[in-house]
This record gives sequence, C-alpha cells and structure tokens, in this order.
Amino acid sequence: MIEIFRLEFMQNAFMAGTMLSLVLAVVSFFVVLRRLSFIGVGVAHSAFGGVALGALLGISPTLTAIGFAVAVANAIGYIGKQGKLSTDTAIGIFFSLSMALGVIFIGMSEQYNVDLFGYLFGNILAITRTDLVIIAVLGGLVLASVFMFFKELLFVAYDREVALVSGMPVAFLDHFFLTILALAVVISMKIIGIVLVSALLVIPGAAAAQITQRYVSMIAVAIVIALISTIGGLFISYYGDLASGATIVTLASAIFFITFAVSQIRK
Amino acid sequence: MKTTAQETPRERSVYVELDDVWVAYDGKWILKSIILQCYDGEIFGIVGPNGGGKTTLLNVILGLVRPAKGSVKLFGQPPGKNSRLDIGYLPQISHADRLFPVTVLDVVMMGLYSKLGFFNRPDRKSREIAMNLLSRVNMADHAQRSFGILSGGQQQRVNIARALVSKPKLLILDEPSTGVDSVAQEDFYDLLAALRDEQGVSVIMVSHDIGMVTSHADRVACLNTQLHYHGEPDSCFIPGVQEKVYGKDMKIMVHDSKCVTCFHRHEDHD
Repeated sequence: MIEIFRLEFMQNAFMAGTMLSLVLAVVSFFVVLRRLSFIGVGVAHSAFGGVALGALLGISPTLTAIGFAVAVANAIGYIGKQGKLSTDTAIGIFFSLSMALGVIFIGMSEQYNVDLFGYLFGNILAITRTDLVIIAVLGGLVLASVFMFFKELLFVAYDREVALVSGMPVAFLDHFFLTILALAVVISMKIIGIVLVSALLVIPGAAAAQITQRYVSMIAVAIVIALISTIGGLFISYYGDLASGATIVTLASAIFFITFAVSQIRK
Repeated sequence: MKTTAQETPRERSVYVELDDVWVAYDGKWILKSIILQCYDGEIFGIVGPNGGGKTTLLNVILGLVRPAKGSVKLFGQPPGKNSRLDIGYLPQISHADRLFPVTVLDVVMMGLYSKLGFFNRPDRKSREIAMNLLSRVNMADHAQRSFGILSGGQQQRVNIARALVSKPKLLILDEPSTGVDSVAQEDFYDLLAALRDEQGVSVIMVSHDIGMVTSHADRVACLNTQLHYHGEPDSCFIPGVQEKVYGKDMKIMVHDSKCVTCFHRHEDHD
C-alpha cells in the first residue's frame, strides 16, 4: 500500500487528480444545470487538433490545445447564438473539423515525439512536475473565476431570460463559461484523455443532482464524487494494471448508476 | 390607423415612450405604428388576442427585440443594461428548469443579483429584503422549500416577489394571472395598487384576460398588431373596438362593467 505513494509518477498523478477533481466537479455542476454536456464533448475533441498542431510545430501541445479549445468553445457559442443554426449543429461541425485537422497535422509532421494515444485516452506516466504547475495555475484560475462570478453564472443557468432583462451581461457570461470549460478540458487531457474527459464534465454534477436538492450541497457532493472517482480510479488502475483515464471514468459511471438507483428508490 | 396617446397627465415623468414602432418577423408585420407612453405611478394594461403581438411589444420595451422602424425610450434613454436595473420582469412562461436545485428564497434573491453588482454577495440584508417580499406575497412559510415542488400559482407568486425585490420603478408583467387562482389574483392586484400608491411604481401588464385588466388598470390599450385604443378602462368597450381587436366572429359578453368574456358567435354561452 505504501509503495504506491513512493513512486514519483503516482505522487504526481494523485496531486493532479485531486486538483482536477475540484475543477471538473465545479464545471460539471454548471454543465449539467445548463445542459451543455454535448458542448463538453465537442470542446474536448477539439483539443486533439490543438495537440496535433503542437506536435507539428514542435511547441508545447498544452499551449496549442488551449488555443484550439478556447477558440472552438467560443465559436460554437457564437454560431449557436446567431439563430440560424442550433448549438447542436455547430458542435457537430467543429467536433469533426478539429479531429480532421488533427489527423492532417499528424500526417504533416515527420516525427512522432508526442504520445498522441496518451493525449486521447490519458496516461498517468506522462504527468510531469511542469504539468502539475500548469494544472495548479489554470485550475486555480478556473476555480477563482467561478467563485467570483458564481451568482451571475447561477442566475443565467437558472433563468436566462429574466437574468438578461435584469441587466446581467448574459452573452459575456456565456463566453466566459465556455472559456473556463475549455481550460478545464485541456488541463485534464493528459491524465484522463481527450476522449474520456467529457465524462467527468458531466458525471459528477449529474450524479450529485440525483441525490441533492440544494445547489450548495450539489456542488459539495459533485466534488466528493469526482475525488472518489479520480483517486479510487488511480488506485484501481495501478493495482489492476488498467488504463487510468478509462478506470476513472468507469468508476465515476458506476457511482452515477448508484445515485440514480438511490433517487429511484427514494421516489 | 395610426393611434395617438391620450392627453398626458401633467408633471409626471414618462417611463416608457414608443414612437411609431414597427416590428416584423419573417416578412410579416407583428407590430405596426405603435405609439405608447407610460407614466410613473400608473398601471397600464394591454389586452388583445393571442398572436396579437403583446409579448413582442413587451420585448421591444425591454430592448430584447429591436424595431424595424421607430424609437423606443425607457426612462428617457434607449433600452439597455442600465435602464434594465430599474425594471422588474415577470415572464409569461418561465423557462426555468423545475428541477433546478434552488429554494424559494434563492429564487427571490436572484432578483437582487444585478443590483448587487459583480463580486458582491447577497448578505443578511438581502435575505431580509427577500423575506419581506415573500411575506407580501404570502409565501414566507415556504422560503426554505425547493422551488420546483411548488404549485404553478405558488411559483408565480415567488416569481412576482423576485420581480419586485430590487425595488424597480417599472414592473413589466406578461400574463400575470396565468395559473394563479382568483383569490391570489385579487391579492396580487391589491399589491400592485399599493406599490403604485406608496412608491409610485409603474406597471405595464399584458393579458388576454380583459376582465382582470380592465378592473385593475388605470389605462388600457387593446393590441392586435396595432394599438387600437388608449384610454380609461371602461371605454375600451365602445362598439367597434372589440371587433377590430378580436375579429368579427367574436361577441363580447358584458355581465357588468368588470366582467367581460369574449367567445365565438357560433358557441353557446349561458
């Protein structure tokens, strides 16, 4: 039991997992209440285009992924607002466009220095001290922003129309939240993976919603569920020699089904 | 027909002013040549058939719909974020999710969020203000309950408290009596009258319920694409006006001056 904590890569993974749990749980609270699950999927996949661009240009894939994901998230938000197309359609387009660009960039790059499979499905061995700093800084920024604009984000999530009429800068808050969502995706991709992170943008909030009636308790329960999934998932993946991201998501899903069953029994 | 405003009451400020406003959707005129003025301290009722443009007119006043032509002024300025701080708004259909994890008190406090400004959190005083409003709509006992489990009428009362909690100068109400029983409706209109008399609050409300509007509004306009009449409530029932607003197949039943029903001629009405 002790050895797992002695290994540096596991120490890094636990620290990253703990920080990411907080960030993803808080973001998932709003994703679920605003019904943005599919945007989460689209933005997460768009990060792949960014990672591949980084590999092509030989610069940090995290940086290019941030650029890609933030741009795509806001483009989806913008197109969805223009009225002629639904947000759903915009996601469908950008989702595939980013993946396609990713494949083209990989084809163009002559060397494979970047572990693309690791970015897609997560690889705890890849977490470096530098990654921990990036997660701490960007994750801290996400949490601080949500904390500062919490009442505004809550009001817009609850009743957009009345929030707008009361003078809330609804369009700004929408893009603000999409940017936060994109940052949360990018800092999670190394450990959980681009393909799998969207699960954690939904499940903690969704599971918490099954068993709570107040928003404060919903956030608290979402954080606990995210922590159990991530830390528990890392343990299971280490001892079971399983892929970390997939184990975390499977455990989170199991918790969701339990909370769903509990809410059905309570009815 | 271009309608004109009634003679203006003296020395009162104009809260809302629409001058020759036209609005179109998909090439069809929804509002034509609307001229409207609403003053401080009055309850202004707008009645008309469904699809007559009532909600669109409110959206124009709120600045959510931009007219193709004409000018709109709210408190003397074009409608915008700042003027909205002085508005309390009650939508016709709440788009809020019934399962959203908020209490009744949380919902009312949201009405204060914009006035609090960024970075400021609601404090004990905000709570007290919200609780006072809940008492005025007889919902104080429900403050800690989940909003989603309330009945439609109770939710409406809470939403009214939210519209009032920021002490707005102007209240905009879209079908305020939807789902509210008649006793609660009377309480609600008494509350509106009290706010008008005590604080000089103005109210613009739209409804298809002619009886309710005419018995409680100081002035009434009838809207069916055009504003057909401006004036004292009872004079809304001059011959010809209803036909224009509700169509020729409608017959107006006037049981007394406060109770009016419209129905199609081919329907029986006992």
